[in-house]
Amino acid sequence: MKRSIIIVIGAVIIALVLTNVLHKEIYYNLKLEKLKQEYAIKPVASVDHSKFDVLQKSFDTPQEVTETCISCHTERHKEVMASSHWNWERVSYVEGRGVTATGKKNVLNNFCIGAQTNEQSCAKCHIGYGMSNDHFDFNNKRNVDCMVCHDNSDEYKKGASMAGYPDRSVNLSKVAQSVGQPSKTNCGSCHFNSGGGNNVKHGDLEQALLACSREVDVHMASNGMDMSCTNCHTAENHNIKGKLYSVSSTNTNRATCEQCHTNTPHFDPIINRHNAKVSCQACHIPEYAKVNATKMEWHWSDAGRLKDGKPYSEEDEMGNHNYLSIKGSFKWEKNVKPDYVWFNGTADHYVLGDTIKSIPVQMNTLFGSHDDGESKIIPVKIHRGDQIYDKVYNTLIQPRLYGPEKGDSAFWQDFNWEEAAEAGMKRVGLPYSGEFGFVETEMYWPVNHMVSTKDKAVSCAECHTREDEGRLAKLTGFYLPGRDHNKWLDWGGIFMFLASIAGVTIHTLIRVFMSIRNKKYEMKIIDYDSEN
Amino acid sequence: MKKVYIYKGFERFWHWTQASLIIFLAFTGFEVHGTFTILGFEHAARYHRVASWMLIALIVFAIFWHFVTGEWRQYIPTTKKLKEQILYYAFGMFKGGHHPTQKTQLRKLNPLQRMVYLGFKLFLVPVTIISGVFYMLHKTIDQNNVVVIENIPLEGIALWHTLGAFLLIVFLVIHVYMTTTGHTPTSNIRAMITGYEELENEDENEETTTGEKPKSNHIQEEKK
Repeated sequence: MKRSIIIVIGAVIIALVLTNVLHKEIYYNLKLEKLKQEYAIKPVASVDHSKFDVLQKSFDTPQEVTETCISCHTERHKEVMASSHWNWERVSYVEGRGVTATGKKNVLNNFCIGAQTNEQSCAKCHIGYGMSNDHFDFNNKRNVDCMVCHDNSDEYKKGASMAGYPDRSVNLSKVAQSVGQPSKTNCGSCHFNSGGGNNVKHGDLEQALLACSREVDVHMASNGMDMSCTNCHTAENHNIKGKLYSVSSTNTNRATCEQCHTNTPHFDPIINRHNAKVSCQACHIPEYAKVNATKMEWHWSDAGRLKDGKPYSEEDEMGNHNYLSIKGSFKWEKNVKPDYVWFNGTADHYVLGDTIKSIPVQMNTLFGSHDDGESKIIPVKIHRGDQIYDKVYNTLIQPRLYGPEKGDSAFWQDFNWEEAAEAGMKRVGLPYSGEFGFVETEMYWPVNHMVSTKDKAVSCAECHTREDEGRLAKLTGFYLPGRDHNKWLDWGGIFMFLASIAGVTIHTLIRVFMSIRNKKYEMKIIDYDSEN
Repeated sequence: MKKVYIYKGFERFWHWTQASLIIFLAFTGFEVHGTFTILGFEHAARYHRVASWMLIALIVFAIFWHFVTGEWRQYIPTTKKLKEQILYYAFGMFKGGHHPTQKTQLRKLNPLQRMVYLGFKLFLVPVTIISGVFYMLHKTIDQNNVVVIENIPLEGIALWHTLGAFLLIVFLVIHVYMTTTGHTPTSNIRAMITGYEELENEDENEETTTGEKPKSNHIQEEKK
């Protein structure tokens, strides 16, 4: 009777435990559902610009459009003219430099090197008209390009090498009547194509995001929330949240995941606690360049080879140029696993005139370490290559690349480094010794987009592992469980363990041996009683 | 020989639960440590945490039990016959000699056991558990949803925790082996399962025949 009760109670307990262990209830993350609800409602414009009388005309110049915009939005141009999109620089404090103005005006990059002397072409991505050289008037409000960001007709495009002017085919009055909130197309026209082609620079920002699946980007997916850039990169008075550390330096006004998802978005507190040192992106962007390849290497030293006196190009198996006479050789990669670095939100850059301190030259330096409270582990794309530099002064060279025609010392026309270097350095006002070479360079691009679905997030063991392929295998300065261990303690511990096993084994053998010898070993019972 | 009830119900429950938890924690812990991969890091870490809280709860109960029953007195260290005990394990037992000390209800541990178990309770388990708690609470989330990291490097905490784990494993190996040194190789283990053990009838053992009485007096004294 008693036994059967115990059996029943035992069985009930086991059944209860098993149902609790095996039963998996689906919990909705209400935080997430709330966000989905919020962003599912797409804003409807409060005005229709096509109904405005002032826009019912044909515009001869884009400046006329700007003047018409300002006639109603009387102060907006001031906000735009205070932005880095317009100024191409920001005044900020940089570690080791103090308060300086840095931006596209004076910082070099690892792609087309620098905008100086090449403005005619580079200004395609300046929100102004007529930046053809270094005499651009940054105080002329007529040159503010409202349309490049606010065109909602997909009609507007900037002309190639037209100093920021729109292409001649653009119907300005159609564009002016369509204006509204910036869409992905507007931002993407520059940010997807920077570096001279789709996805060249970022790796996580490219045309595929205009219509992608949730696997490519959960936020921007057409079969998902279909969010636009400005949903996260919100703006007040044209001061847009978010910055990219290829040109930015300070830990202010950043667009973060946390601004919507909070510091503790997971159900599991263990994962939430990771947020102190691990950025959201580190786990939720397991790879970038998911649709089209991105440039991982760019070697300027190979540029200038000619076939029959003419420039030529070669393509890799993905159909991307891996050689261009004007630019050198490239390496493209798709579905790239990011590298990981500590980052505290501040950065330094190679500024024109800087002496080369280390090789590879760091085009930008992301500051941070484990012991710095602000730092987190972030995923980055590391873009490697080589660039022209001055062997005597030990500085990188700003070459003159773009030129309208031959004989103007532009490398892309004449393929003469000597002249291009001399012309470029003369324009930026830096000394050039006449002796140039090529030096290895590296540039760090934080990867923030192409967030994967949660089932694709980086799993624990991809970092917590002793394997060399572990994602954080190269990141030092801290103790990572599963990866790190004290070698001496481990060897000592294993030795103690084996020694104890050996000890008891030897002890057993002696016992057995002695028992047999003493003839007291009968049926494994040592009979003490018989002794008494 | 006399059959004596030597291990109480709670004691046996505590012993076996603690044994299985420690073995499970060692297994999952060394996986978290990266020594091998069986469950996968994620599961190992999760199970390790759950089991660690269970062990802490069990030990809290065990400490309470030791004090209210006065059983803690069993662990008061003594050097009396310690040398003989060591010599017995090293040489005497091979010749089929007697245990130099007698097991009784009031003195169920020999001098060597007292030393080792006291070390286990006062050093080994506290080092492992305290370092483990520090490990678990190294990062916490405060009321403002901010993750707070303690100012102690995790490396040092992990070092102590791993040291404790290795020593516990060595203890386990030797402890399990030593259970075979009773009257018969299985008599000690059987005693820890059933509670009853056949003890030798000798002079000192006279107490055990009336063992219940002094024992209960002893407890009452405790309570006073």
